[in-house]
Amino acid sequence: MEILFYAFQSLAIPLASPAVLGLIRKIKAYMQGRQGASIMQPYRDLAKLLRKDEVVSEDNSWIFSAAPYIIFGTTLALAISVPLIANFGFAPTGDILVFVYVLAAGTFFLALAGMDTGGGFGGFGASREMMIAALAEGGLILSLVAASFLAGEHNLAAMPSQLATIPLTGLLPLFLAGGAFFIALLAENARYPVDNPATHLELTMVHEAMILEYSGPKLALMEWAAANKLLIYIAVLVNVFFPWGLAVSIAPSALAVAFGIFTAKVFAVAAVIAFIESTMAKFRIFRVPDFLFTSFVLSAIAIILIVL
Amino acid sequence: MVDFIAQFGLFAIFAFFTGGAALSLIYSAYGAERESWILSHLFAALASLCGLLLAGTVLFASGPLSFHLPFSLGIGPDILRFQIDTLAAFFIAAISIVGIAASLFGIQYGKHFLGSYRLGGFGFFYNLFIASMILVVIANNSFLFLLAWEGMAIASYFLVIFERHEAKNISAGMLYLLISQLGAAFLFAAFLILYALTGSWDFDTIRASAGEMPLLVQNIVLALALLGFSSKAGIIPLHIWLPEAHPAAPSHVSALMSGVMIKTGIFMLIRFFVDFFPTAGISWGLIIIVLGAVSSLLGVLYALSEHDIKRLLAFHSVENIGIIFLGLGASITFFSAAMPALGTLALIAALYHTINHALFKALLFLSAGSVVATTGTRNMEEYGGLIKKLPYTAFFFLIGAVAISGLPPFNGFVSEWMTFQSLFAGIGTLPIIGKITFLVGASSLAFTGGLAAACFVKAFGAIFLARPRHEHAHAHESGFLSLAGMGLLAALCALFGVAASAITPIVTRVAESLRAASDIAVPSAPLQSLGGSSLSMSGVAIAVVFGVALCGILVWIIAGRRKIVVSRTWDCGAPLTSRMEITATGFSRSIIMVFRGLLQPSVQTDVEYHDVETRYFTKKKKVELSLTDMYHAYLYSPAITLVEHSARQARRIQTGNLSTYLLYIFLTTLLLLFWALQ
Repeated sequence: MEILFYAFQSLAIPLASPAVLGLIRKIKAYMQGRQGASIMQPYRDLAKLLRKDEVVSEDNSWIFSAAPYIIFGTTLALAISVPLIANFGFAPTGDILVFVYVLAAGTFFLALAGMDTGGGFGGFGASREMMIAALAEGGLILSLVAASFLAGEHNLAAMPSQLATIPLTGLLPLFLAGGAFFIALLAENARYPVDNPATHLELTMVHEAMILEYSGPKLALMEWAAANKLLIYIAVLVNVFFPWGLAVSIAPSALAVAFGIFTAKVFAVAAVIAFIESTMAKFRIFRVPDFLFTSFVLSAIAIILIVL
Repeated sequence: MVDFIAQFGLFAIFAFFTGGAALSLIYSAYGAERESWILSHLFAALASLCGLLLAGTVLFASGPLSFHLPFSLGIGPDILRFQIDTLAAFFIAAISIVGIAASLFGIQYGKHFLGSYRLGGFGFFYNLFIASMILVVIANNSFLFLLAWEGMAIASYFLVIFERHEAKNISAGMLYLLISQLGAAFLFAAFLILYALTGSWDFDTIRASAGEMPLLVQNIVLALALLGFSSKAGIIPLHIWLPEAHPAAPSHVSALMSGVMIKTGIFMLIRFFVDFFPTAGISWGLIIIVLGAVSSLLGVLYALSEHDIKRLLAFHSVENIGIIFLGLGASITFFSAAMPALGTLALIAALYHTINHALFKALLFLSAGSVVATTGTRNMEEYGGLIKKLPYTAFFFLIGAVAISGLPPFNGFVSEWMTFQSLFAGIGTLPIIGKITFLVGASSLAFTGGLAAACFVKAFGAIFLARPRHEHAHAHESGFLSLAGMGLLAALCALFGVAASAITPIVTRVAESLRAASDIAVPSAPLQSLGGSSLSMSGVAIAVVFGVALCGILVWIIAGRRKIVVSRTWDCGAPLTSRMEITATGFSRSIIMVFRGLLQPSVQTDVEYHDVETRYFTKKKKVELSLTDMYHAYLYSPAITLVEHSARQARRIQTGNLSTYLLYIFLTTLLLLFWALQ
C-alpha cells in the first residue's frame, strides 16, 4: 500500500508541474491583455525537446551530461515526501533539512553545469545563482524551522496535520514564516523580482544563463526539473504554511475534496506569482540580497515569537 | 588477538614511527634520498595502521587502556603515564585514517622534491609529527602532554618550512611558530595553576579535584585553556597562522595539519570543558557558540575571496572548526543547564563533525596537492579544464567538495544535521539568552552551508571545468598510490554519510563515556529529530539514486536513439577565448560585494592610455582586488605597536649613567628592606 502512495507521489509532481508553469503563463497573459498559449503548451514543448537531436559543446565534461539527471533525480526524490493532498509522505526525504539540502545539491550541480561550458553566460549565471541560493538558504531553513517549532515535528509529511490544529496565537508567526518561505520560493525558482524566467540573452538572467548550452532531451530535463522544483515549493508553501484542507482519511470522497482544495490553493499561488511578474520590475542584482535578508529576518522574528 | 593488540599496539605504533624516523635519516645520510623518503612514509603508514587497530580494539573490544612506564627520564617525577580512553581512541582513529591516506599519497609525492631538497629531515619530522599527535591524545599527565604538544608544534614547523627556498614559506613558518608558542604559553599557565592547586601533574588528580576548586580559579583556568587550544584549532581571531602555514607545507602534510592536527585543540577543549570541568557554566557554552558562529561565517567568506587553492581550503578549516565549536558550545551549555541528554547529542554532533572534517578536508588537500604538483602553481586562475587531464583527481575532489558543502548523502550533511538539531533543541528549551545565542548559531550555520556550496562550485569550476586558462601541457594524473590515498578517504566520506546509522552508535559511545552513568538516563538517539522522526541517510541515498536512475532509464527509452553533435560553445559570433570564461575572483565577487561591510574589499586600478591627453583608448588596465586584513590592521598591528611603544618607554630608565644605576640599586635595596621588615 505504502509503495503505491510513493509511486503516486513521485508521479504526481512531474506530471502536474508543467501545467503549473502553463497556468502562471496563462494568468500572466490575461493580466497583460493577451490571449496566451494553452496551459498545455509546456507539455508540448517538453515532448518536442525530447524528440530532438542534441548539440553539446566540445569543452564539456561528464558533469554537463550528468547534471540534468542529477537535478531531475533530486526533484523526484523530494516529490515522494512533499505533502500534496493527504499525509502519506516518504519519511526519509521529508525531513526539513534533507529537503533544503537535497534541493541545494541540485543547485550545486546546476551551477557546475553552467560553468562547464566555458561560455561567459554560464559562468556568470552560476555565480549569481550561488549568491542567491546561499543568501536564500537562511530564510528557507529558518522559516521551515519556525513551522516545525509550531508543529513539534520536523517532517514535511507530518507537519500539516499538526499545524492544522495549532491555537490562533500561532497563526501570526506561521504566516510570517510563510511570507519568508514565499520570498525564498521566488528566489530559488528564478521568478520575479529576483530573476526573469522569460528572457534569454540578457545580462540580468540567472537560471536561463546556466542552461543556455543545453538542447534536446537534456534541456527538456532541465526545464522539467525546474517546473518540478516550483511545484514542490508551492506544495510546501500551501500545505505547511496554510495547513488546512488536506484529506484526513483515504476515502475517495475525502481525497477528491482535498484535491479540489489543493488545486485551488496552487491556483491562488500561481495567480500571486503572475501578479508579481506583471506588476513589478525585476530588482537590480545587488538589491536582491536585501530582499533575501528580509526573508531571513521575517523567519527569525517568527521563531522568536514562537519560543518566547 | 585483542589482548595482543591491547598490550603491544602502542609499542608497535611508536616502534614503527621511530623506525621510520631513524631509517629516513640513515638512508639520507648515505645519499639514498629516494629510499629514505619511501621508507619514512611506508613506516608512517604502517604505524598509522597499528594506530587504527589499537583504536578499534579500545572502541570495540577492550575498553580503556592505561599504561605506566616507570622511568623518570630525568625531567620530572614519573611522567610516562598514558591512557587510551574511548575519546582518545576516537581521535587516534581519526589521526590514523588520515595518517594512512596521507602517507600513501606521500610516497609518490616525493619525486617532486627529489634533487632540490634533502629528504632525510622531512621523513624524520614527518614521523615525529604523527607520533606526537598520537602522544598528545594519550598523555595522561600534563608534563608529558606539554612535551608532546610542543613536539607536535616543532615537528610541524619543520614540515611547513620544508620548501625553504621560497622566502614566503620561512615567514609563514615563523608566524606559525609564534602563534603556537603564544598559545602554549597560556597552556603552561593553565597547567601550572592546576599544579599549584592540586599538587599533581596527573590528569586523573585534576579530574578528581576539579569540582573543589574555587570558581574564580576554575574560570581563569578555563579561559587560559580556551585561548591556548583555540589558537591551535584556528578560531578567529587566532586563525591568522592557518592560511599561511597550511599552504606552505607539502600537500600531504597540509592534509594532516588541517585534517587532524587542529583537531587536537578540539580534543583538549572537550577534555577541559566536558571531562575535567563538567560544570563549566552556561556562559562558557554560549561564548564558544558565539566564537563558532563568527568563525564559521567569516571563515567561509574569506575562503570565497581566495584564489590560492590551498589557502581557500585552509580558510574552510576555520569555517569547519567553527561548526564543531557550535556543537561543542551547545553541548557545554546543555551539560551546565542540567540537560545531559541534549548535551550528549550536541557532543555527538561535534565529534561526528570532527571526524567528517578530517576525512573530507584531508581528501580535498590531497587532491588539491595532486593538482598543484602537476601544474606547479596554486593560483586557481591558472587552471581550468583539468578534469580531462586528471579525471580521477577531479572525481575525488568533487566528492570532497560535495561532502564539505554539507550536501546529502555524504558525511558532511549528517554532522551538520545533528548540529542543527542540537541548536534547534536549545532554541526550544533554554532561558532567553540561550535561545538568542542558539538562534544566532543556527542562522550562521544556515548561511555557512550555502556559502560553502558557492565556494566549492567556484573552486571545482575554476580548477577542473571549462577550457584551460593556461596551457599545462604536461599535466597528468597522479600515480596509483596517490589515487589510493584519495580513494580511501572518498570512500569513507560516502560511507560515513550513507551508513550514518551504523557509525553514530560508535560516536555515541564515545560521547557517553565522558559522563557519569547516572547522567545518561535516556539512551541517546542522535539521528532522531524533534517529534521523533529519525534521519535515515540510507533512505535519502536510495531515494536520490532511485530518482536519478529512473530519470536516466526513461530518457534512454524515450530519446535513446537521438543524435549527439559535438560543436563549439555558443560564442555570440566572436571567437571564444579562455579569457571570456568566468574567473574564480569574478565568481565570488558578487558575494563579496554583498558582505562588503564585513570584508572591506579594496579595488586598485592602474590604467595606461594610448593618448594621455584625450584618455579615450586604454592601452593597459590592471585591476587589483583584495581584502583588508582586518586582524593585522585592527588587532595584531596595534598589539605590536603597543609592545614596541612600552619597550621604548622602558628604555628611558636606561640612561647609561653609572650614578643613576647606583641610585636604582639603592632604592631597590631600601624597598626590599622595608618589605622584609613589615
